[in-house]
Amino acid sequence: MSVNQQAHTGPPYGQPQPAYQGYQQPGYGGPPLPGVPQSQYGAYNGPVPGYQQPVPPQGYFPSLGFPSKGSPVSLNSDTSSLAPNFIGSLRGPPTSGAPPPTSGASLAAGHPGYSQFGQGDVQNGIPASAAQVHRPPAPQPFLPGSAPPASQPSAFQQYGVPLASAQQLSTHMAGMTIGSTSTPAPPPAGLGYGPPTSVPPVSGSFTATGSGLYTPYTSSQGPPPTSVSQGPPLAQPPFSGQPVSTQRLPSQVPGFAPPPSSTGIGPSSYPPATGAPRPSPMQGPPLPGQAVAGAPTSQPNHVSSPPPPSSMSGPHPGPPPMGGLHGPPPPTHPPQPGYQMQQNGSFGQARGPQPNYGGVFPGTPNYGSQPGPPPPPKRLDPDSIPSPQLNELPPQQKPRHRIDPDAIPSPIQVIEDDRSNRGSEPFVTGVRGQVPPLVTTNFLVKDQGNASPRYIRCTSYNIPCTSDMAKQSQVPLAAVIKPLATLPPEETLPYLVDHGESGPVRCNRCKAYMCPFMQFIEGGRRFQCCFCSCVTEVPPHYFQHLDHTGKRVDFYDRPELSLGSYEFLATVDYCKNNKFPSPPAFIFMIDVSYNAVKSGLVRLICEELKSLLDYLPREGNMEESAIRVGFVTYNKVLHFYNVKSSLAQPQMMVVSDVADMFVPLLDGFLVNVNESRTVIASLLDQIPEMFADTRETETVFAPVIQAGLEALKAAECAGKLFIFHTSLPIAEAPGKLKNRDDRKLINTDKEKTLFQPQTSFYNNLAKDCVAQGCCVDLFLFPNQYLDVATLGVVTYQTGGSIYKYAYFQLETDQDRFLNDLRRDVQKEVGFDAVMRVRTSTGIRATDFFGAFYMSNTTDVEMAGLDCDKTITVEFKHDDKLSEDNGALLQCALLYTSCAGQRRLRIHNLSLNCCTQLADLYRNCETDTLINYLAKYAYRGVLSSPVKTVRDALVNQCAQILACYRKNCASPSSAGQLILPECMKLLPVYLNCVLKSDVLQPGPEVTTDDRAYIRQLVTSMDVAETNVFFYPRLLPLTKADVDSDSLPAAIRNSEERLSKGDIYLLENGLNIFVWVGVNVQQGLIQNLFGVSSFSQISNTLSMLPILENPFSKKVRSIVDMLQVQRSRYMKLIILKQEDKLEMLFKHFLVEDKSLSGGASYVDFLCHMHKEIRQLLS
Amino acid sequence: MATYLEFIQQNEERDGVRFSWNVWPSSRLEATRMVVPLACLLTPLKERLDLPPVQYEPVLCSRLTCKAVLNPLCQVDYRAKLWACNFCFQRNQFPPAYAGISELNQPAELMPQFSTIEYIVQRGAQTPLIFLYVVDTCLEEEDLQALKESLQMSLSLLPADALVGLITFGRMVQVHELSCEGISKSYVFRGTKDLTAKQIQDMLGLSRPAVPIQQGRPLQPQEQPVISSRFLQPVHKIDMNLTDLLGELQRDPWPVTQGKRPLRSTGVALSIAVGLLEGTFPNTGARIMLFTGGPPTQGPGMVVGDELKTPIRSWHDIEKDNARFMKKATKHYETLANRTAANGHCIDIYACALDQTGLLEMKCCANLTGGHMVMGDSFNTSLFKQTFQRVFNKGFNGEFRMAFGASLEVKTSRELKIAGAIGPCISLNAKGPCVSENELGIGGTSQWKICSLDPSTTLAIYFEVVNQHNAPIPQGGRGAVQFVTQYQHSSMQKRIRVTTIARNWADAQSQLQHIEAAFDQEAAAVLMARLGVYRAESEEGPDVLRWLDRQLIRLCQKFGQYNKDDPNSFRLSESFSLYPQFMFHLRRSPFLQVFNNSPDESSYYRHHFARQDLTQSLIMIQPILYAYSFYGPPEPVLLDSSSILPDRILLMDTFFQIVIYLGETIAQWQKAGYQDMPEYENFKHLLQAPLDDAQEILQTRFPMPRYVNTEHGGSQARFLLSKVNPSQTHNNLYAWGQESGAPILTDDVSLQVFMDHLKKLAVSSAS
Repeated sequence: MSVNQQAHTGPPYGQPQPAYQGYQQPGYGGPPLPGVPQSQYGAYNGPVPGYQQPVPPQGYFPSLGFPSKGSPVSLNSDTSSLAPNFIGSLRGPPTSGAPPPTSGASLAAGHPGYSQFGQGDVQNGIPASAAQVHRPPAPQPFLPGSAPPASQPSAFQQYGVPLASAQQLSTHMAGMTIGSTSTPAPPPAGLGYGPPTSVPPVSGSFTATGSGLYTPYTSSQGPPPTSVSQGPPLAQPPFSGQPVSTQRLPSQVPGFAPPPSSTGIGPSSYPPATGAPRPSPMQGPPLPGQAVAGAPTSQPNHVSSPPPPSSMSGPHPGPPPMGGLHGPPPPTHPPQPGYQMQQNGSFGQARGPQPNYGGVFPGTPNYGSQPGPPPPPKRLDPDSIPSPQLNELPPQQKPRHRIDPDAIPSPIQVIEDDRSNRGSEPFVTGVRGQVPPLVTTNFLVKDQGNASPRYIRCTSYNIPCTSDMAKQSQVPLAAVIKPLATLPPEETLPYLVDHGESGPVRCNRCKAYMCPFMQFIEGGRRFQCCFCSCVTEVPPHYFQHLDHTGKRVDFYDRPELSLGSYEFLATVDYCKNNKFPSPPAFIFMIDVSYNAVKSGLVRLICEELKSLLDYLPREGNMEESAIRVGFVTYNKVLHFYNVKSSLAQPQMMVVSDVADMFVPLLDGFLVNVNESRTVIASLLDQIPEMFADTRETETVFAPVIQAGLEALKAAECAGKLFIFHTSLPIAEAPGKLKNRDDRKLINTDKEKTLFQPQTSFYNNLAKDCVAQGCCVDLFLFPNQYLDVATLGVVTYQTGGSIYKYAYFQLETDQDRFLNDLRRDVQKEVGFDAVMRVRTSTGIRATDFFGAFYMSNTTDVEMAGLDCDKTITVEFKHDDKLSEDNGALLQCALLYTSCAGQRRLRIHNLSLNCCTQLADLYRNCETDTLINYLAKYAYRGVLSSPVKTVRDALVNQCAQILACYRKNCASPSSAGQLILPECMKLLPVYLNCVLKSDVLQPGPEVTTDDRAYIRQLVTSMDVAETNVFFYPRLLPLTKADVDSDSLPAAIRNSEERLSKGDIYLLENGLNIFVWVGVNVQQGLIQNLFGVSSFSQISNTLSMLPILENPFSKKVRSIVDMLQVQRSRYMKLIILKQEDKLEMLFKHFLVEDKSLSGGASYVDFLCHMHKEIRQLLS
Repeated sequence: MATYLEFIQQNEERDGVRFSWNVWPSSRLEATRMVVPLACLLTPLKERLDLPPVQYEPVLCSRLTCKAVLNPLCQVDYRAKLWACNFCFQRNQFPPAYAGISELNQPAELMPQFSTIEYIVQRGAQTPLIFLYVVDTCLEEEDLQALKESLQMSLSLLPADALVGLITFGRMVQVHELSCEGISKSYVFRGTKDLTAKQIQDMLGLSRPAVPIQQGRPLQPQEQPVISSRFLQPVHKIDMNLTDLLGELQRDPWPVTQGKRPLRSTGVALSIAVGLLEGTFPNTGARIMLFTGGPPTQGPGMVVGDELKTPIRSWHDIEKDNARFMKKATKHYETLANRTAANGHCIDIYACALDQTGLLEMKCCANLTGGHMVMGDSFNTSLFKQTFQRVFNKGFNGEFRMAFGASLEVKTSRELKIAGAIGPCISLNAKGPCVSENELGIGGTSQWKICSLDPSTTLAIYFEVVNQHNAPIPQGGRGAVQFVTQYQHSSMQKRIRVTTIARNWADAQSQLQHIEAAFDQEAAAVLMARLGVYRAESEEGPDVLRWLDRQLIRLCQKFGQYNKDDPNSFRLSESFSLYPQFMFHLRRSPFLQVFNNSPDESSYYRHHFARQDLTQSLIMIQPILYAYSFYGPPEPVLLDSSSILPDRILLMDTFFQIVIYLGETIAQWQKAGYQDMPEYENFKHLLQAPLDDAQEILQTRFPMPRYVNTEHGGSQARFLLSKVNPSQTHNNLYAWGQESGAPILTDDVSLQVFMDHLKKLAVSSAS
């Protein structure tokens, strides 16, 4: 999403000015910073040659972290101050300034600088290259000509090809953008700035905005050196890609406004202008000057920032227009600006999209919203923006010694920024490597060749070209895939494509399916595989002529050529035993032991099923569901029911031979609901009666699954078992379990056994289930330990879901259970699924996380896969990637639909590749990263002590951040904590993961809970992990009763709670309503229907339905939240200072937890220490 | 004195006993030289209309090893109120109740006419009879329908308080719970898995919960009936329910692909039935009635695989040791049969199919438990329907002609020992002084268990004379045998029937003619045949035949009158004259010949042969042939091909079949329709006469015979042609030069040839 953190920066952006201020601040910080930066610079300089490599990173550093706006706080833990984090990336602009000059090195530095700056200017960067570049731009034609359709991505590639240098890229970008809007380049810069700015380099003083500024600086610095080229390139690419979209353009426009003007002419203008200027810059002044110059132009806004506020405004405006202008300014600040520019540029590009952030700020909105058109305003905005930033900055500066919680990166802020920046425009997937908006942002997706982020999200949209880089950064490359994700009604479902009897067209060698990236050659007679480059004949029936651009004439008629996601109708070759599958079946298996009967559960289930059976999933517009149903009850023995339509009464068949389970009947067990309606109704009426007097307390479990499995085998179909189970299966039978719950194992080396199944029996059973396509959904109603770790094995490996209702009570848990059951029964589901992820040569899917079974190393097998299940796939390099070609993913899911149709669902995603680490850090997505890290860690607890897992997590993140600090941020005091913009929330989220019940259980967390959560998280998508680890806390009393909107969320810390308010906290599993002791009686009356705080019952499980606006509003909020989540959340009402409040506090994740989890601030300091250790 | 024939007949009518010898050789050596062992056919429950049971307990000899019942042969001292046991000579006090005893006031058991007497004793709890239906559902729709109707009908024939249960099987085995309302409930077992009795009881929830033991609570006796009643319910309570249940019974729903037999889990079904009863009602009268329409094809007890291309084993396969499943299956059923017998239950097998159904393997289930075995072509035939109905026939006094859980104890006087028994019984392993070391049949015991018997059930009991040659028995000495049969009467009463018989001893050297005259050749033929058949179960056919032949030759040598090496001089006395002919027909009978019979048929025939009384057994050995013609009243004719004449109607009764055969001319007349012409009414009557006679036989016989109506040249005439003595064959047709009779196409020797050889061998000095 947010394109890297740029988004974050974005905000700053908007406030480029703020950034400026930031600069100023830096200035302020001056004392501290200056020194630092300079030193850094020095360093850089030295490296100059080396720059290039380090560049990108350095660039970032300099700025010091960019804390996002406010975030930049410096943590001073031991160290002097942590610089605001900041992604950004630009290292000390200051230094940069210096270096560039020195570097005269011009080439490197200069180029970078140029390139960055310019994207617009890019061309400037390298004369020669520039020239070329220019041409390209002008050539937009190139793009087309080059090959791929007009799509910018392709263009990029082509460009890239010509000039490897980032600059080129940048130019391309520019060109591209230009082509599209012409203004592109600028935006990048602007964008870049934004982000960078966000983190004030120096002292905490840097407010986000400040930081932004910093970043620019830093970036510029960094960039100038080598990084520039690299950094920019990367950044640019993204831009270019993004730019393509209108959004970017706009963003760019702002920044470059000036250029934009020229934009009208766009390409041409650029070339000329840039060409001229650039060349000169390049040549002339080594980078710095030029850079600056370039920077100015491109970064006008930024530029402005670089210079002191005052100057900024002036300069900026000026600079923007003229590259030359920049030149001048550069001298002092210029360099920095330039750098900044560059960085910005890079950021900007990245941010380009984010510029929207700007949106947040007054100015930004314009950016975001305003595409090309409103250049002038943009400029203005920048100016205006600065001021806000300025405002922000001050506060940040304060906390040097004590860390101000407000100064550290705030998830709420980041989420809000992204929402306001990117929520309004649809996300168009046509461009390679675009970072989508955050999961917390509501946005529409338009599929133009890449799969929607609803289907696939990546940890990074820019993949390092080499494994060395990947290892160096330690950033895991992973994709979180949700193949059957539910789309909002406004988006179209994947089209179903039928390629006829011969089946889908595929590459001969790697068997990849036809997709938009396949290249048709020889007049359309053959196509070259985009994954393995193998050339395959186009089957005659699929032949189509190409147009003059090399595109098939039927390009838009065929979803598989123009869309990122689509489905193929599978032929019989894709079916088990070469037979088309029968429609699947649902088997309901109900525990009728004493506990289940006594609690009223059996009656409840039977009653519910009567109506629920009318809502089985249907395909498309079919009149009735093709799914057949069957019923089983069990305690120590199993009871099957014959509900054949011809019977007057159902027949019950008891199987007591649980040691060797089998299905006692064939005909009449699985029936069509409509045909057997009366018999089923009669059965469901009688089941509760029959067992009303049961005294059987023991249950079996494995035989129940076996029974279902055998039934499906006998019926030769796939299906799903819904098992309602209450207790540890201790009756004599296969899969019998012992009570092995032992809390003493916690924090010992044997703790892992708590997560492992007791016996391998269930693993084997799961294997059989998967082979048959028998998915198991488990509803547990335990009153004590029932070993979820073991019972869940089959569910987990067959792609099923577990629902757990501890101490189930009819009154309080009925709604939750029934809602879950309804949703579970009704949701879209595929059966007997196999998923394979194909990738471009160079990377390979190596590891998979989720609820599935794998019999080999490549195929993910799932007996059932529903719309909520997510698979996380990790990629590793096995070769080099090229920046030109990028990296492609194709996820192919073969499954049986709920009507029994065999289908293939294909999702394609193209990513960029980078040779500069800065690009990687700029295009990361922290939420996805956390999703991956959590799953990785949660799997780790199966085999390693929890402590080891925790340490490994911290260590990996420290390495990620240290790598950034070392390679992408400009030199600064070691005491500064500098975080990449895109990852500035990594520490806080990571801390949440570390404090989660699985990794650090509190005393009230049972072994079952931990196993349950462990399995749950493993199938979660990014949105779910996001809210699960960092719950949403809403002040209900601040809700606007008259609007539909939710009140603004606040951070999860007790400090943020006011005694006079009522809050709601949700994490995807629970909803807490917390009532402060001083809440107005009126509110209490309105909400709870009681007159005082003390009268609020502790045991409420739902809010009373009262006819007043406040009550209605709160209930509608709760309902809205329930709808958003895949599970119905348990509602718990808590009073402040009540015993139960502890439960609630557990979820205030920024605070110290009772179980020993660190507070956010402490953890941040800890991370900083770790990073410093790594760096030293 | 009446003739021995009359004596024999009288004894049979009174005591249900027929001895091979009615005067016994007095020494062991001589007895063995008699060739035919001293043995008897005992019909323990022979119907005695004139025998009202007495309502008190029998008086037993006080010697623990004897315990013989007071009988008319005992010496009684009326003064001292003492009686001397005639077996062990122990002197016993009469019990107090006999205080008033005197010569004039004798209890029934001392009167000579009560050599057989029946006591009703009030002992133990009375449990209702139990009928457990075990029904195969792998049947053709039509068959299943017919079977369902028969079963429904049978409910009305059961005693009202009888308990019934239902187990159905196909690929799975279902035990139906009969007590539930609404949903019909059944316990299902997989048909491929052999379960122990304990497992079965656990799975059916029959094991007594361990709860009562805790806390020293007293056992709750009523618990058991409550549990078992789930599966076994009084007929009067659930007959509606069960009728519906049977009505809803569907064919086994599992698909049977082309070229396969349905999977039929007979072995497991039986095992579960046995386990169920074993767990709930041990040692009470119960019938497991198995209805099967094909061979078991899976699980323990499978007889043939489900591939249709592999035919079920034939005698040929068995001889070649090519019957893969036979041994294992037999073992399975034997184990079951023994368990069943140990619990006093019995197993009936009603097998109706065109092909074999595995009776060979399952035969022991019926043989060891006294159950019925019925074989038919289809459940939809009157053969099955009537036979099944006849199982529930009632006797003259309205009581079911079935008894359960009987044990037969035999006591002998000192000169005799018990060698064994052959019949539907198992050994109770009661060792004692009167048990011989030499076994004939099921030996080594003086007691046998007969789980089910009816008034015609007959056992052969073999004795050994142990008196040494040098210890002659005084003139006029008598040997005695007492048969004590305790059983559960169908009225649920416990009864004891005591039969005590005595025969004179004779010195075989001096009084051979007495012994010879007292030879019962019919009984001897049947007793020898039982021995032969018994051996045939375990030995090769030819060996048995050779053994039989040798016995016959030795008998002829012993009792024939002849000059050495002169066959023409050979003569047998009247009391032996028929014996060789019986042996001739026995040799050709399906009991010893497996040619042309499937293993199942052989088992079926042998089963019935081992339990029918003398008359029926003789019919089985040598079928009866009647001739109907215009030349006189119906008359029995020789079972010979020469009896087959064109102008005769023949009626043959082989016990298993009743064949009416129209001679060539008669058949032509019938075709011409003379019987419909008023002027030929006599012809009509002639045609009708054998039908009426056949009906009479059909009415009474169990199992109902196969009824064959055929004519000269008809394909079914083979039933007749295979039985008659092939006096005329294609080999000697012209030699005889007669036009009468019909040639039989066979290489079998004829009776004449057989006799010629016998004479030659008997008189030969070489042997």
